Amino acid sequence: MKPIESPPCGCIRTPSGRNRQRLVRNLVLFIPGLALWWLVYSRLDPVSRFLTYDLFGLSRDSHLGETVQFFIFEVPKVMLLLTLIVFLVGIIRSFFTQERTRRYLAGKRESAGNVMAALLGIVTPFCSCSAVPLFLGFVQAGVPLGVTFSFLIAAPMVNEIALVLLYGLLGWQVAAIYLTSGLVIAMVAGWIIGRLHLEGWIEDWVQEMRAGEAVVMEEKLTWADRIERGRIAVRDIVGKVWPYVVAGIGVGAAIHGYVPEDFMASIMGKDAWWSVPAAVLVGIPMYSNAAGIVPIVEALLGKGAALGTVLAFMMSVIALSLPEMVILRKVLKPKLIAVFIAVVGSGILFTGFLFNMLF
Amino acid sequence: MKIVICGPGCASCEKAKKTVEQAVQDRGIDAIIEKETDFAEMAKMGIFSTPAVVIDGEVKCVGRAPERSEVDTWLS
Repeated sequence: MKPIESPPCGCIRTPSGRNRQRLVRNLVLFIPGLALWWLVYSRLDPVSRFLTYDLFGLSRDSHLGETVQFFIFEVPKVMLLLTLIVFLVGIIRSFFTQERTRRYLAGKRESAGNVMAALLGIVTPFCSCSAVPLFLGFVQAGVPLGVTFSFLIAAPMVNEIALVLLYGLLGWQVAAIYLTSGLVIAMVAGWIIGRLHLEGWIEDWVQEMRAGEAVVMEEKLTWADRIERGRIAVRDIVGKVWPYVVAGIGVGAAIHGYVPEDFMASIMGKDAWWSVPAAVLVGIPMYSNAAGIVPIVEALLGKGAALGTVLAFMMSVIALSLPEMVILRKVLKPKLIAVFIAVVGSGILFTGFLFNMLF
Repeated sequence: MKIVICGPGCASCEKAKKTVEQAVQDRGIDAIIEKETDFAEMAKMGIFSTPAVVIDGEVKCVGRAPERSEVDTWLS
Protein backbone atom coordinates (compact mmCIF):
# COMPACT_ATOMS: atom_id res chain seq x y z
CA MET A 1 0.00 0.00 0.00
CA LYS A 2 1.33 3.41 -0.85
CA PRO A 3 0.58 6.30 1.44
CA ILE A 4 -0.31 9.57 -0.19
CA GLU A 5 2.03 12.48 0.16
CA SER A 6 -0.22 15.45 -0.46
CA PRO A 7 -2.65 16.53 2.26
CA PRO A 8 -5.68 14.24 1.97
CA CYS A 9 -9.28 14.83 3.00
CA GLY A 10 -9.80 16.65 6.24
CA CYS A 11 -6.12 17.28 6.64
CA ILE A 12 -5.82 20.92 5.80
CA ARG A 13 -2.67 21.85 7.61
CA THR A 14 -3.31 24.50 10.16
CA PRO A 15 -0.82 25.94 12.60
CA SER A 16 -1.21 24.25 15.98
CA GLY A 17 -2.27 27.57 17.55
CA ARG A 18 -5.30 27.76 15.29
CA ASN A 19 -6.05 24.14 16.03
CA ARG A 20 -6.14 24.80 19.74
CA GLN A 21 -8.38 27.77 19.10
CA ARG A 22 -10.76 25.55 17.12
CA LEU A 23 -10.77 22.93 19.86
CA VAL A 24 -11.56 25.53 22.53
CA ARG A 25 -14.33 26.96 20.35
CA ASN A 26 -15.77 23.48 19.77
CA LEU A 27 -15.70 22.68 23.50
CA VAL A 28 -17.25 26.03 24.42
CA LEU A 29 -20.15 25.16 22.13
CA PHE A 30 -20.26 21.52 23.17
CA ILE A 31 -20.54 21.72 26.97
CA PRO A 32 -23.44 24.21 27.25
CA GLY A 33 -24.98 22.33 24.30
CA LEU A 34 -24.93 19.12 26.32
CA ALA A 35 -26.46 20.86 29.35
CA LEU A 36 -29.22 22.32 27.20
CA TRP A 37 -29.76 18.88 25.64
CA TRP A 38 -30.27 17.34 29.08
CA LEU A 39 -32.58 20.13 30.22
CA VAL A 40 -34.86 19.75 27.19
CA TYR A 41 -34.72 15.93 27.31
CA SER A 42 -35.78 15.75 30.95
CA ARG A 43 -38.74 18.14 30.44
CA LEU A 44 -40.27 16.37 27.43
CA ASP A 45 -42.85 14.26 29.23
CA PRO A 46 -44.58 17.03 31.25
CA VAL A 47 -44.41 19.44 28.29
CA SER A 48 -45.97 16.92 25.88
CA ARG A 49 -48.76 16.26 28.40
CA PHE A 50 -49.36 19.95 28.92
CA LEU A 51 -49.55 20.60 25.17
CA THR A 52 -51.87 17.69 24.44
CA TYR A 53 -54.29 17.72 27.36
CA ASP A 54 -54.26 21.34 28.54
CA LEU A 55 -53.40 23.46 25.53
CA PHE A 56 -55.11 21.37 22.82
CA GLY A 57 -57.78 20.26 25.28
CA LEU A 58 -57.79 16.61 24.17
CA SER A 59 -59.25 14.05 26.53
CA ARG A 60 -56.77 11.84 28.40
CA ASP A 61 -58.69 8.69 27.60
CA SER A 62 -59.40 9.37 23.94
CA HIS A 63 -57.63 7.56 21.11
CA LEU A 64 -56.67 10.87 19.56
CA GLY A 65 -55.29 12.22 22.82
CA GLU A 66 -53.05 9.19 23.34
CA THR A 67 -51.87 9.30 19.75
CA VAL A 68 -51.05 13.00 19.84
CA GLN A 69 -49.29 12.83 23.21
CA PHE A 70 -47.21 9.86 22.05
CA PHE A 71 -46.20 11.76 18.92
CA ILE A 72 -45.36 15.04 20.67
CA PHE A 73 -43.33 13.19 23.29
CA GLU A 74 -41.48 10.73 21.06
CA VAL A 75 -40.48 12.91 18.10
CA PRO A 76 -38.29 15.37 20.05
CA LYS A 77 -37.06 12.59 22.35
CA VAL A 78 -35.91 10.38 19.50
CA MET A 79 -34.45 13.32 17.59
CA LEU A 80 -32.47 14.42 20.66
CA LEU A 81 -31.12 10.91 21.27
CA LEU A 82 -30.33 10.54 17.60
CA THR A 83 -28.41 13.81 17.43
CA LEU A 84 -26.29 13.01 20.46
CA ILE A 85 -25.47 9.48 19.32
CA VAL A 86 -24.74 10.33 15.71
CA PHE A 87 -22.40 13.02 16.98
CA LEU A 88 -20.55 10.61 19.29
CA VAL A 89 -20.43 7.85 16.65
CA GLY A 90 -19.10 10.38 14.13
CA ILE A 91 -16.21 11.06 16.52
CA ILE A 92 -15.61 7.33 17.16
CA ARG A 93 -15.66 6.59 13.42
CA SER A 94 -12.93 9.13 12.80
CA PHE A 95 -10.63 6.58 14.46
CA PHE A 96 -11.66 3.80 12.06
CA THR A 97 -11.43 3.78 8.29
CA GLN A 98 -12.20 1.02 5.82
CA GLU A 99 -8.51 0.97 4.90
CA ARG A 100 -7.48 0.34 8.47
CA THR A 101 -10.14 -2.33 8.96
CA ARG A 102 -9.00 -4.11 5.82
CA ARG A 103 -5.43 -4.08 7.08
CA TYR A 104 -6.48 -5.55 10.46
CA LEU A 105 -8.46 -8.33 8.81
CA ALA A 106 -5.96 -9.22 6.08
CA GLY A 107 -3.73 -11.25 8.33
CA LYS A 108 -6.48 -12.95 10.36
CA ARG A 109 -7.33 -16.65 10.38
CA GLU A 110 -10.93 -17.70 10.11
CA SER A 111 -12.53 -18.00 13.58
CA ALA A 112 -10.72 -15.05 15.18
CA GLY A 113 -11.21 -13.16 11.93
CA ASN A 114 -14.98 -13.71 12.02
CA VAL A 115 -15.18 -12.31 15.56
CA MET A 116 -13.06 -9.32 14.73
CA ALA A 117 -14.83 -8.61 11.44
CA ALA A 118 -18.21 -8.57 13.17
CA LEU A 119 -16.95 -6.17 15.85
CA LEU A 120 -15.29 -3.88 13.29
CA GLY A 121 -18.51 -3.95 11.30
CA ILE A 122 -20.13 -1.86 14.04
CA VAL A 123 -17.60 0.98 14.14
CA THR A 124 -16.32 1.16 10.56
CA PRO A 125 -18.06 3.75 8.40
CA PHE A 126 -20.08 1.83 5.83
CA CYS A 127 -22.97 2.42 3.50
CA SER A 128 -24.53 -0.30 1.39
CA CYS A 129 -23.56 1.45 -1.86
CA SER A 130 -19.89 1.07 -0.98
CA ALA A 131 -20.36 -2.67 -0.36
CA VAL A 132 -18.93 -3.63 -3.76
CA PRO A 133 -15.65 -1.69 -3.62
CA LEU A 134 -15.27 -2.81 -0.02
CA PHE A 135 -15.74 -6.41 -1.11
CA LEU A 136 -13.15 -5.99 -3.91
CA GLY A 137 -10.71 -4.41 -1.46
CA PHE A 138 -11.11 -7.30 0.97
CA VAL A 139 -10.61 -9.86 -1.82
CA GLN A 140 -7.54 -7.99 -3.05
CA ALA A 141 -6.07 -7.85 0.46
CA GLY A 142 -6.62 -11.60 0.88
CA VAL A 143 -9.29 -11.44 3.59
CA PRO A 144 -11.03 -14.88 3.68
CA LEU A 145 -14.53 -14.96 2.15
CA GLY A 146 -16.23 -15.98 5.41
CA VAL A 147 -14.54 -13.16 7.32
CA THR A 148 -15.64 -10.70 4.63
CA PHE A 149 -19.21 -11.90 5.07
CA SER A 150 -19.05 -11.49 8.84
CA PHE A 151 -18.23 -7.85 8.18
CA LEU A 152 -20.90 -7.43 5.48
CA ILE A 153 -23.56 -8.91 7.79
CA ALA A 154 -22.61 -7.03 10.96
CA ALA A 155 -22.16 -3.61 9.32
CA PRO A 156 -25.84 -3.03 8.49
CA MET A 157 -27.34 -5.41 11.07
CA VAL A 158 -25.77 -4.01 14.23
CA ASN A 159 -26.74 -0.43 13.64
CA GLU A 160 -25.65 2.11 16.22
CA ILE A 161 -28.77 4.21 15.62
CA ALA A 162 -31.06 1.21 16.21
CA LEU A 163 -29.04 0.23 19.27
CA VAL A 164 -29.38 3.61 20.92
CA LEU A 165 -33.04 4.00 20.04
CA LEU A 166 -33.78 0.57 21.51
CA TYR A 167 -31.95 1.64 24.66
CA GLY A 168 -33.82 4.93 24.81
CA LEU A 169 -37.28 3.56 24.05
CA LEU A 170 -37.19 0.02 25.47
CA GLY A 171 -34.39 -0.14 28.01
CA TRP A 172 -30.89 -1.59 28.10
CA GLN A 173 -31.96 -5.24 28.19
CA VAL A 174 -33.56 -5.14 24.75
CA ALA A 175 -30.60 -3.15 23.41
CA ALA A 176 -28.16 -5.73 24.82
CA ILE A 177 -30.15 -8.62 23.33
CA TYR A 178 -30.16 -6.93 19.94
CA LEU A 179 -26.42 -6.21 20.05
CA THR A 180 -25.44 -9.70 21.20
CA SER A 181 -27.67 -11.63 18.83
CA GLY A 182 -26.67 -9.42 15.87
CA LEU A 183 -22.98 -10.02 16.56
CA VAL A 184 -23.44 -13.77 17.07
CA ILE A 185 -25.41 -14.10 13.81
CA ALA A 186 -22.70 -12.20 11.90
CA MET A 187 -19.89 -14.32 13.38
CA VAL A 188 -21.59 -17.69 12.94
CA ALA A 189 -23.10 -16.99 9.51
CA GLY A 190 -19.72 -15.74 8.22
CA TRP A 191 -17.99 -18.76 9.68
CA ILE A 192 -20.48 -21.15 8.02
CA ILE A 193 -20.11 -19.42 4.64
CA GLY A 194 -16.35 -19.72 5.04
CA ARG A 195 -16.62 -23.46 5.83
CA LEU A 196 -18.71 -24.03 2.69
CA HIS A 197 -15.80 -22.89 0.49
CA LEU A 198 -17.86 -20.95 -1.99
CA GLU A 199 -15.02 -18.91 -3.50
CA GLY A 200 -16.02 -20.27 -6.93
CA TRP A 201 -19.36 -18.49 -6.65
CA ILE A 202 -17.77 -15.07 -6.74
CA GLU A 203 -18.17 -13.45 -10.19
CA ASP A 204 -15.32 -14.35 -12.54
CA TRP A 205 -14.26 -10.79 -13.28
CA VAL A 206 -13.45 -10.31 -9.58
CA GLN A 207 -11.06 -13.26 -9.65
CA GLU A 208 -9.39 -11.95 -12.80
CA MET A 209 -9.36 -8.37 -11.61
CA ARG A 210 -6.03 -6.64 -11.93
CA ALA A 211 -6.28 -4.28 -9.05
CA GLY A 212 -3.87 -1.48 -8.34
CA GLU A 213 -2.27 -1.05 -4.97
CA ALA A 214 -4.79 0.21 -2.46
CA VAL A 215 -4.59 3.94 -1.92
CA VAL A 216 -4.31 4.67 1.77
CA MET A 217 -5.12 8.03 3.20
CA GLU A 218 -2.82 8.70 6.12
CA GLU A 219 -4.87 11.22 7.97
CA LYS A 220 -3.50 13.16 10.87
CA LEU A 221 -6.63 14.25 12.68
CA THR A 222 -6.66 16.52 15.67
CA TRP A 223 -9.42 16.47 18.28
CA ALA A 224 -10.81 19.61 16.70
CA ASP A 225 -11.05 17.67 13.40
CA ARG A 226 -12.78 14.74 15.12
CA ILE A 227 -15.39 16.96 16.77
CA GLU A 228 -15.87 18.56 13.37
CA ARG A 229 -16.48 15.05 11.92
CA GLY A 230 -19.12 14.48 14.57
CA ARG A 231 -20.82 17.72 13.62
CA ILE A 232 -20.74 16.81 9.91
CA ALA A 233 -22.19 13.38 10.73
CA VAL A 234 -25.09 15.03 12.57
CA ARG A 235 -25.71 17.37 9.64
CA ASP A 236 -25.58 14.56 7.06
CA ILE A 237 -27.24 11.65 8.89
CA VAL A 238 -29.85 13.42 11.02
CA GLY A 239 -30.60 15.65 8.05
CA LYS A 240 -31.30 12.54 5.99
CA VAL A 241 -33.15 10.24 8.39
CA TRP A 242 -35.47 12.67 10.19
CA PRO A 243 -38.41 12.10 7.79
CA TYR A 244 -38.12 8.34 8.45
CA VAL A 245 -38.12 8.97 12.18
CA VAL A 246 -41.16 11.22 12.03
CA ALA A 247 -43.00 8.79 9.74
CA GLY A 248 -42.02 5.85 11.96
CA ILE A 249 -43.22 7.62 15.09
CA GLY A 250 -46.41 8.62 13.27
CA VAL A 251 -47.17 4.96 12.53
CA GLY A 252 -46.10 4.06 16.06
CA ALA A 253 -48.38 6.74 17.51
CA ALA A 254 -51.36 5.50 15.50
CA ILE A 255 -50.76 1.92 16.68
CA HIS A 256 -50.32 3.20 20.22
CA GLY A 257 -53.59 5.15 20.24
CA TYR A 258 -55.93 3.12 18.05
CA VAL A 259 -54.90 -0.55 18.12
CA PRO A 260 -56.59 -2.30 21.03
CA GLU A 261 -54.47 -3.60 23.91
CA ASP A 262 -53.25 -7.17 23.28
CA PHE A 263 -54.44 -7.01 19.68
CA MET A 264 -50.97 -7.98 18.48
CA ALA A 265 -50.82 -10.91 20.88
CA SER A 266 -52.90 -13.07 18.56
CA ILE A 267 -50.89 -12.45 15.37
CA MET A 268 -47.44 -11.54 16.68
CA GLY A 269 -47.61 -13.20 20.08
CA LYS A 270 -45.62 -16.10 21.46
CA ASP A 271 -48.21 -18.71 20.76
CA ALA A 272 -48.29 -18.04 17.04
CA TRP A 273 -45.15 -20.00 16.07
CA TRP A 274 -45.53 -19.09 12.41
CA SER A 275 -45.28 -15.40 13.21
CA VAL A 276 -41.47 -15.52 13.37
CA PRO A 277 -40.91 -16.89 9.82
CA ALA A 278 -43.70 -14.63 8.57
CA ALA A 279 -42.00 -11.61 10.16
CA VAL A 280 -38.68 -12.51 8.50
CA LEU A 281 -40.30 -13.05 5.08
CA VAL A 282 -42.22 -9.77 5.27
CA GLY A 283 -39.07 -7.98 6.41
CA ILE A 284 -36.72 -9.03 3.57
CA PRO A 285 -38.22 -6.98 0.72
CA MET A 286 -38.97 -4.10 3.09
CA TYR A 287 -36.29 -1.53 3.42
CA SER A 288 -36.39 1.08 6.08
CA ASN A 289 -33.96 3.13 7.95
CA ALA A 290 -33.17 1.70 11.39
CA ALA A 291 -34.24 5.02 12.88
CA GLY A 292 -37.72 4.65 11.41
CA ILE A 293 -38.31 1.03 12.39
CA VAL A 294 -37.60 1.28 16.12
CA PRO A 295 -40.62 3.46 17.04
CA ILE A 296 -42.84 0.93 15.24
CA VAL A 297 -41.15 -1.87 17.15
CA GLU A 298 -41.83 -0.08 20.42
CA ALA A 299 -45.50 0.37 19.59
CA LEU A 300 -45.92 -3.29 18.52
CA LEU A 301 -44.31 -4.53 21.75
CA GLY A 302 -46.63 -2.28 23.74
CA LYS A 303 -49.63 -3.99 22.17
CA GLY A 304 -48.62 -7.51 23.12
CA ALA A 305 -46.35 -8.59 20.26
CA ALA A 306 -43.65 -11.04 21.37
CA LEU A 307 -40.08 -9.74 21.71
CA GLY A 308 -38.52 -12.46 19.52
CA THR A 309 -40.98 -11.91 16.69
CA VAL A 310 -40.52 -8.15 16.69
CA LEU A 311 -36.74 -8.45 16.90
CA ALA A 312 -36.74 -10.91 13.97
CA PHE A 313 -38.85 -8.50 11.95
CA MET A 314 -36.56 -5.58 12.69
CA MET A 315 -33.35 -7.48 11.91
CA SER A 316 -34.77 -8.81 8.70
CA VAL A 317 -35.80 -5.31 7.59
CA ILE A 318 -32.43 -3.70 8.27
CA ALA A 319 -29.98 -6.57 7.59
CA LEU A 320 -31.48 -8.25 4.53
CA SER A 321 -32.47 -5.59 2.09
CA LEU A 322 -33.29 -5.96 -1.57
CA PRO A 323 -31.25 -2.93 -2.71
CA GLU A 324 -28.12 -4.35 -1.08
CA MET A 325 -28.66 -7.72 -2.78
CA VAL A 326 -28.96 -5.98 -6.15
CA ILE A 327 -25.67 -4.19 -5.48
CA LEU A 328 -23.89 -7.35 -4.30
CA ARG A 329 -25.10 -9.18 -7.42
CA LYS A 330 -22.33 -7.34 -9.30
CA VAL A 331 -19.68 -9.36 -7.47
CA LEU A 332 -21.54 -12.49 -6.30
CA LYS A 333 -23.23 -15.17 -8.37
CA PRO A 334 -26.94 -15.66 -7.59
CA LYS A 335 -26.19 -18.97 -5.83
CA LEU A 336 -23.93 -17.23 -3.31
CA ILE A 337 -26.52 -14.51 -2.70
CA ALA A 338 -29.09 -17.24 -2.06
CA VAL A 339 -26.76 -18.91 0.46
CA PHE A 340 -26.15 -15.53 2.10
CA ILE A 341 -29.90 -14.86 2.49
CA ALA A 342 -30.56 -18.41 3.69
CA VAL A 343 -27.79 -18.42 6.32
CA VAL A 344 -28.56 -14.96 7.70
CA GLY A 345 -32.32 -15.60 7.51
CA SER A 346 -31.93 -18.81 9.51
CA GLY A 347 -29.86 -16.96 12.08
CA ILE A 348 -32.58 -14.33 12.49
CA LEU A 349 -35.25 -17.04 12.65
CA PHE A 350 -33.33 -18.85 15.37
CA THR A 351 -32.93 -15.60 17.35
CA GLY A 352 -36.66 -14.94 17.07
CA PHE A 353 -37.62 -18.39 18.35
CA LEU A 354 -34.99 -18.26 21.09
CA PHE A 355 -36.25 -14.99 22.58
CA ASN A 356 -39.88 -15.99 22.28
CA MET A 357 -38.97 -19.06 24.31
CA LEU A 358 -36.92 -17.19 26.92
CA PHE A 359 -39.29 -14.28 27.61
CA MET B 1 -7.44 19.73 -15.42
CA LYS B 2 -9.28 16.43 -15.35
CA ILE B 3 -11.35 15.49 -12.32
CA VAL B 4 -12.86 12.03 -11.89
CA ILE B 5 -15.55 11.34 -9.30
CA CYS B 6 -15.70 7.62 -8.50
CA GLY B 7 -18.87 6.08 -7.14
CA PRO B 8 -21.91 4.04 -8.12
CA GLY B 9 -24.23 7.02 -7.85
CA CYS B 10 -25.58 6.91 -4.32
CA ALA B 11 -26.38 9.97 -2.23
CA SER B 12 -22.85 10.63 -0.96
CA CYS B 13 -21.34 10.23 -4.46
CA GLU B 14 -23.83 12.77 -5.79
CA LYS B 15 -22.86 15.07 -2.96
CA ALA B 16 -19.17 14.73 -3.81
CA LYS B 17 -19.92 15.53 -7.45
CA LYS B 18 -22.01 18.59 -6.60
CA THR B 19 -19.38 19.96 -4.21
CA VAL B 20 -16.63 19.60 -6.83
CA GLU B 21 -18.76 21.03 -9.65
CA GLN B 22 -19.73 24.01 -7.55
CA ALA B 23 -16.12 24.68 -6.58
CA VAL B 24 -14.94 24.44 -10.20
CA GLN B 25 -17.69 26.80 -11.32
CA ASP B 26 -17.12 29.34 -8.55
CA ARG B 27 -13.39 29.47 -9.17
CA GLY B 28 -13.83 29.63 -12.94
CA ILE B 29 -11.44 26.73 -13.52
CA ASP B 30 -11.25 25.03 -16.90
CA ALA B 31 -11.77 21.43 -15.87
CA ILE B 32 -13.40 18.31 -17.27
CA ILE B 33 -15.42 16.47 -14.63
CA GLU B 34 -16.12 12.81 -15.30
CA LYS B 35 -17.98 10.14 -13.38
CA GLU B 36 -16.56 6.67 -12.97
CA THR B 37 -19.11 4.01 -12.05
CA ASP B 38 -17.13 0.90 -13.07
CA PHE B 39 -15.76 -0.80 -9.97
CA ALA B 40 -13.08 -2.64 -11.94
CA GLU B 41 -11.71 0.69 -13.20
CA MET B 42 -11.72 2.06 -9.65
CA ALA B 43 -9.87 -1.03 -8.43
CA LYS B 44 -7.16 -0.36 -11.03
CA MET B 45 -6.61 3.04 -9.41
CA GLY B 46 -6.48 1.41 -5.99
CA ILE B 47 -9.84 2.77 -4.90
CA PHE B 48 -11.75 0.38 -2.66
CA SER B 49 -14.20 2.67 -0.99
CA THR B 50 -16.45 5.29 -2.46
CA PRO B 51 -16.92 8.12 -3.11
CA ALA B 52 -13.43 9.04 -4.27
CA VAL B 53 -12.08 12.13 -6.00
CA VAL B 54 -9.19 11.87 -8.47
CA ILE B 55 -7.59 15.03 -9.87
CA ASP B 56 -5.17 14.62 -12.80
CA GLY B 57 -4.57 10.98 -11.92
CA GLU B 58 -3.91 11.68 -8.24
CA VAL B 59 -6.34 10.24 -5.69
CA LYS B 60 -7.30 13.08 -3.36
CA CYS B 61 -10.00 11.57 -1.21
CA VAL B 62 -11.33 8.06 -0.57
CA GLY B 63 -14.39 6.81 1.25
CA ARG B 64 -16.29 10.00 1.91
CA ALA B 65 -17.62 13.11 0.24
CA PRO B 66 -15.14 15.97 0.70
CA GLU B 67 -16.03 19.28 2.26
CA ARG B 68 -15.96 22.39 0.11
CA SER B 69 -12.94 23.81 1.94
CA GLU B 70 -10.91 20.68 1.08
CA VAL B 71 -11.85 20.87 -2.59
CA ASP B 72 -10.74 24.49 -2.61
CA THR B 73 -7.27 23.56 -1.37
CA TRP B 74 -6.93 20.88 -4.09
CA LEU B 75 -7.95 23.29 -6.83
CA SER B 76 -5.80 26.21 -5.77
